[in-house]
Amino acid sequence: MTAPLLCLQGLTKAYPGVIANNNVSFDIGKGQVHALLGENGAGKSTLVKMIYGLVKPDSGSMLLNGVPYAPSEPRAARADGIAMVFQHFSLFDALNVAENIALGMENPPKMGDLAKRIRDVSETYGLPLDPYRRVGDLSAGERQRVEIIRCLLQDPRLLIMDEPTSVLTPQEVNILFETLRKLRSEGTAILYISHKLEEIRALCDHATVLRLGENVGECIPAETSARDMAELMVGTGLKTPERSGRALGDVALDISGLSVPAPSEFGTGLKNLHLTVRKGEVLGVGGVAGNGQDELLAVLSGEVRSASDAVKLHGKPIGNLGPTDRRRLGVLSAPEERLGHAAAPDMSLTENAMLTGSVRENLVRRGFLKWRQAQAFAERIIEDFDVRTPGPGNAARSLSGGNLQKFVIGREILQRPEVLVVNQPTWGVDASAAAAIRQAMLDLAADGAAVICISQDLDELMEISDRFAALNEGRLSTPQDTAELTIEEIGLMMGGAHGMEVAHV
Amino acid sequence: MDLGSINPVLLIASLMVAATPILLAAIGELVVEKAGVLNLGVEGMMIVGAVSGFAISVETGSPFLGFVAAAVGGALLSTLFILLTQVALANQVASGLALTLFGLGLSALMGQKYVGIKPPPTGDIHIPLLSDVPVLGPILFTHDVVLYVGIAIVAAVWAILKFTRAGLILRAVGESHDAAHALGYKVVRIRILAILFGGACAGLGGAYISLVRVPQWTEGMTAGVGWIALALVVFASWKPWRVLLGAYLFGGITVLQLNLQAAGVAIPVEYLAMSPYLITILVLVILSKDKSSAPASLGRIFHASR
Repeated sequence: MTAPLLCLQGLTKAYPGVIANNNVSFDIGKGQVHALLGENGAGKSTLVKMIYGLVKPDSGSMLLNGVPYAPSEPRAARADGIAMVFQHFSLFDALNVAENIALGMENPPKMGDLAKRIRDVSETYGLPLDPYRRVGDLSAGERQRVEIIRCLLQDPRLLIMDEPTSVLTPQEVNILFETLRKLRSEGTAILYISHKLEEIRALCDHATVLRLGENVGECIPAETSARDMAELMVGTGLKTPERSGRALGDVALDISGLSVPAPSEFGTGLKNLHLTVRKGEVLGVGGVAGNGQDELLAVLSGEVRSASDAVKLHGKPIGNLGPTDRRRLGVLSAPEERLGHAAAPDMSLTENAMLTGSVRENLVRRGFLKWRQAQAFAERIIEDFDVRTPGPGNAARSLSGGNLQKFVIGREILQRPEVLVVNQPTWGVDASAAAAIRQAMLDLAADGAAVICISQDLDELMEISDRFAALNEGRLSTPQDTAELTIEEIGLMMGGAHGMEVAHV
Repeated sequence: MDLGSINPVLLIASLMVAATPILLAAIGELVVEKAGVLNLGVEGMMIVGAVSGFAISVETGSPFLGFVAAAVGGALLSTLFILLTQVALANQVASGLALTLFGLGLSALMGQKYVGIKPPPTGDIHIPLLSDVPVLGPILFTHDVVLYVGIAIVAAVWAILKFTRAGLILRAVGESHDAAHALGYKVVRIRILAILFGGACAGLGGAYISLVRVPQWTEGMTAGVGWIALALVVFASWKPWRVLLGAYLFGGITVLQLNLQAAGVAIPVEYLAMSPYLITILVLVILSKDKSSAPASLGRIFHASR
């Protein structure tokens, strides 16, 4: 390898109470796809923000092509040929594609010329895109293309990608990888942040692993097993959830002909869903975000009501019951959005425990709250699910994402549900906490509950679910046994091709 | 009842005058809201503009200097809002309401000396040839400069928001301040400029009331026009030309109902007096049934560390 493109030397950044990066050093070569691995909170985001000029390091230095490099703002970084595709897309929904791209450029050409260049570049790299479409109407994969093309128009030397595949279907991931390989062959270096190890093994030339803000090792991903990398990331041995063989019981939840109109302009309506879940079964529902996952959860939790016959619990119609009535009957749910939907951010954990637990845990008597019992319930959740917090009096907002997720899931599981519906149970949760949450759901099913797990993490669904179905534009594919499915078949189900038809992307 | 006493030419000419204060305040607020800031202090900035403009033009004898002072006064009051919401990150709704209350009190104090005085007249410009055209001439071409400035501001705001990079950045900041920040735009600076512009426009609108429309100073003389301007921005779906339309509609019905009252129409005065509010809101509600919606970051507090 020739001289490196970007050289990081002893970068350190501390925030009040936490050291995000401690003395991190590594090199990125020209035309290299370099993976940055680490759990949530390992300091990956802070590190790339320093490279991109959004955050200033407390100490340490960077060399770009051997010249000292200290960007004061993203503009300076872009001028030096460093571009970044963000994890949470930095796009403007109400503006069109061309306007969004113009905003990310220093000296954008006239709109007409820009639109032409967008078409050219998008054709060259196999990422078709209409410059005049409103970004709010695009799918997640298309939105990502906007970001990538915005970067490519500036001929970057280093492209930073922060968790780019978390919102894509397997086919879209393949297209993305083709694009990235093409870029690499043209000499562009790519810093690829992810915690999906198989992807990194397929794509990256070199990997740096961060743990608690420190560089704990480097490796060649193609020559290292995913398990070894995971253990390097976590620092300890990793437990994989165990599925105990369990007998399936009677049908617990029976959904037939369920249709619900889209609740909002950007929502998705559910169209003629059929589904049964038996006692002791885990049903996985996959699909790209925005294809009706939130609506499915809302219909099952009772937030959105449907025809009463459309949803039946043990043969009794419950479609027209609200959330509290369903909780009384044992249908519990944990929505995707932790802060604001599953938990009230500024209320204490005790209060949050009371919010969903009051019915089944008898935390209310004649309209008065039983504080002592509620606090005991919250403490039990914290204890049983290893929620790291000083105590139940802390606000939900003060917990890290993974800890709050453990609390939210634990709160439902401890109420002994007969049917549990969860959406994205391990989104943004680090590997060990995710394993604990999955194990808890499997244990619950082993005790005879029916579990519906809606998720975009296919590995997770393959790991825990007995049967798998995919949501596509509000339609649900016929559930199939997970054991007999391949990733390719799942990708086709997610893309809406329900038979042997090949998806044209 | 004598409907014949209503002269349609004069009616239309005076509706433009009646609409201008609302138009100025609303177009300023439109820019502020497009940048993602909800400033409910329009009424306060208007009345402070009204009294500053009145005082300076009485002292100097120049209506022009009065209007300049009004714009400066409105902008100065809006710096208080900037300090509260952009620097101290206070809640925008509460800060805006406080700004209105403060402005009403401050203007009463500032204007004590000026009650009952007549300001120097703001001359109408008579554009040669054009103003001699029958009907259209008196309607369109015999007004004071500020009225035309108001229309010019609407056109300029429309063109800048639609065609220029500055406008694109402003809309981007209002749409998603986090994304704009991630791209390296100075969210707070852009918002401060927008708020100052909104303050200046509101000040001009206020002075138009005290110097042209009702040439005198009385306490609380803006009488809710700022609130109408705020509502107008929302019902006009944040579109400059619809703000113009709404302002003229409101001004027109206000003038018409005054004329009807004078003509002695047998409708109770109270109904006539409420008609401009009802009809303007009704029309704009019907118009706003399209896809456009509020800037997504409207009223949200921006903090760079997140």
